[in-house]
Amino acid sequence: MGIFTFQSLLPLMRARQGEAQTMADPFFNEMYAQDGLRPLYQRLENWYQNMPSEFRALKQAEAEDLFRRYGITFAVYGEGGDPDRLIPFDMFPRVFAADEWRRLERGIKQRARALNAFLSDVYDRGEIIRAGRIPADLVYRNEAYEVAVAGFRPPLGVFNHIVGIDLVRTGPDQFYVLEDNCRTPSGVSYMLENREVMMRMFPHLFQENRVAPVDNYARLLKRTLASVAPQKCERDPNVVLLTPGHFNSAYYEHSFLADLMGIELVEGQDLFVEGDFCWMRTTEGPKKVDVIYRRIDDAFLDPLCFRPDSTLGVPGLMNVYRSGGVTICSAPGAEVADDKAIYTYVPEMVRFYLGEAPILENVPTWQCAKPDDLKYVQENIAELVVKEVHGSGGYGMLVGPKSDKATIETFAAKLAENPSNYIAQPTLALSTCPTFVEDGIAPRHVDLRPYCLVGRDIELVPGGLTRVALTEGSLVVNSSQGGGVKDTWVIAEE
Amino acid sequence: MILNVLHKTRYDFQTPVRGIIQSLRLTPAKCDGQEVVDWRVDIPEAIMGTLFRDGAGDYIQAASIRMPCSHIEVTVSGTVDTTDTSGVLRGHRERVPPRAYMRATPRTKPNRAIRDLVETALKGQEETSALERAHLLCAAVADALPYKPGATHAHTTAAEAMNAGVGVCQDHTQVLIAAAHLADMPARYVSGYLNATEDGTPHEASHAWAEIFIDGLGWVGFDASNKSCPNEHYIRLGSGLDAQDAAPIRGLVLGGAEEKLDVTVVIEAQQQ
Repeated sequence: MGIFTFQSLLPLMRARQGEAQTMADPFFNEMYAQDGLRPLYQRLENWYQNMPSEFRALKQAEAEDLFRRYGITFAVYGEGGDPDRLIPFDMFPRVFAADEWRRLERGIKQRARALNAFLSDVYDRGEIIRAGRIPADLVYRNEAYEVAVAGFRPPLGVFNHIVGIDLVRTGPDQFYVLEDNCRTPSGVSYMLENREVMMRMFPHLFQENRVAPVDNYARLLKRTLASVAPQKCERDPNVVLLTPGHFNSAYYEHSFLADLMGIELVEGQDLFVEGDFCWMRTTEGPKKVDVIYRRIDDAFLDPLCFRPDSTLGVPGLMNVYRSGGVTICSAPGAEVADDKAIYTYVPEMVRFYLGEAPILENVPTWQCAKPDDLKYVQENIAELVVKEVHGSGGYGMLVGPKSDKATIETFAAKLAENPSNYIAQPTLALSTCPTFVEDGIAPRHVDLRPYCLVGRDIELVPGGLTRVALTEGSLVVNSSQGGGVKDTWVIAEE
Repeated sequence: MILNVLHKTRYDFQTPVRGIIQSLRLTPAKCDGQEVVDWRVDIPEAIMGTLFRDGAGDYIQAASIRMPCSHIEVTVSGTVDTTDTSGVLRGHRERVPPRAYMRATPRTKPNRAIRDLVETALKGQEETSALERAHLLCAAVADALPYKPGATHAHTTAAEAMNAGVGVCQDHTQVLIAAAHLADMPARYVSGYLNATEDGTPHEASHAWAEIFIDGLGWVGFDASNKSCPNEHYIRLGSGLDAQDAAPIRGLVLGGAEEKLDVTVVIEAQQQ
């Protein structure tokens, strides 16, 4: 997740903005670059400058009201409090130029292709391992490598149907991939609703600016899912969305997406296995299911194959899957590509499978499983971000420059106990976007998660979810850690 | 050797259950040394899925009953023609890389006692071949855990069995897997049948043993319960990371009630 800090540089951030920055800002400001306002943001600057502050407060309240009405909420694991609290929405859009986006799009699609090629390979012949480009044990001994699906090729050879790649920007042309979310990346409902709310509140902005639409995402997602229906499916595929249930933090998104796609939202108990197929209980009797867009982890999918105590999944589902009766998206076993230690090899995958140079860069990563890397991390832990290999959501990690001595020492002890469970990265100078604060706008750090769809075609809607660290100087953008969201624009070509 | 198998698993429920779903690994593997002459898996009232072969080479089949039932009976019957391959698994099509069998599960996680066992067994054996070291580990496990039924149960882990100091084939196998991992050898759990009447000693006809991957030779079976390698008296069903993963029957009862399980296995060598 996006965490990046330079404690010593934070005072520079305190300068309020509204005019071109003159001093050397270590953080790339996406609106006010070193040489002044970027033309991309000209209209938005006018919009902001002509906005009376009472009007702004009114609009902010209206936005909150709209989100409440849509029911979009986000529960935070392990923090207690209101499980239905709103994720804060910032009205100031984040903007990409068409040419900036084109490069990102090429880089994201390239990465999505490489990740899928990797998964097809490691569950088949393992050429990349035989070629000595990735260590065998990193893949085969990985907990996320599913022995149960080795040798099985899912329809069209696609394992990752929705790839949510987290990106950060550090300069006009510098983007880094933080991680590849290959399991069931969440947040796309925010991308869609942020846009809808903005269009309702500020319709004229969308007349003045040629903002590329994102609202065809649900249609593309459904087309992608239908395109990977099993060969045994001889009619219009029946696609369902499998949710762990209403207590899950992303349940809202599950029901939202099912609704938009016009498909059934089901829980494990709504499905059953009989013969060679998976069926859905309906009032008109059982209906065959062809594609399951699952939002539950592998371990819970089928108690007869994985965790026997799981009540969220469908007993026998993996038998139907492996005998070609149903498609599961993302494919069981795809999680191995999401591993933070595997992440470091993604550029290698791009070169190996595609024979191309990687367009997007990785953040340099130390793997604590390697003795030399571990030594470096231990010596420099106060400067680094240290993460659990299988962690997500900003939990179980240390932001060295943001932590006190006691926290660092506790974490260092955990690291020493089980080094292979950790990786470390340098703190990045994350770009900022103007964000509404009490008395105007101020730069706040952002990241970006676009949602790439992989089926018969590879699709990427122009935009994604921009997360913003609302606290001044903070580099933690996770919604579970006090981050907010913004509408993300790609300006279509004139 | 021609082996006849009759394996019945009967579940009696105190009150009728709503149904049952099972994943069956009850068909002999296709490999050298065992040829199926005929084989049947019957569950009255059940709807059976098509038999398919997974990446580990195992034949898997789903079975389900979706109506109230007070008992079910799984009957496996058949005849297999076996020959001795000295425990070496050959002619077996599988897609799982051996290194994937280096991971421990909660049931095969080593403890101090297993580490000590490996250290003692392999002391001064650095120059010995991998095959010989595997034999040493197999013998060490057999010596450490005298056969004693009833002291351990279906969920006993390798570490728990070591602490108990006795065990049955499942315990021997899981401890041997943990030991092999410590010696950096991939190892897995094999479920099958054993025709063990010839020497008159008590054995479990529904049997389990370990396979250890030996570079240059491939997968080799080691039966710590009998301090030997599988021969023509063995029928191999399938494999997994541990007893649960390789279980011949994994099932779930819908509307769970108290159940009474009754298993009988009869293996007979046909007179030739």
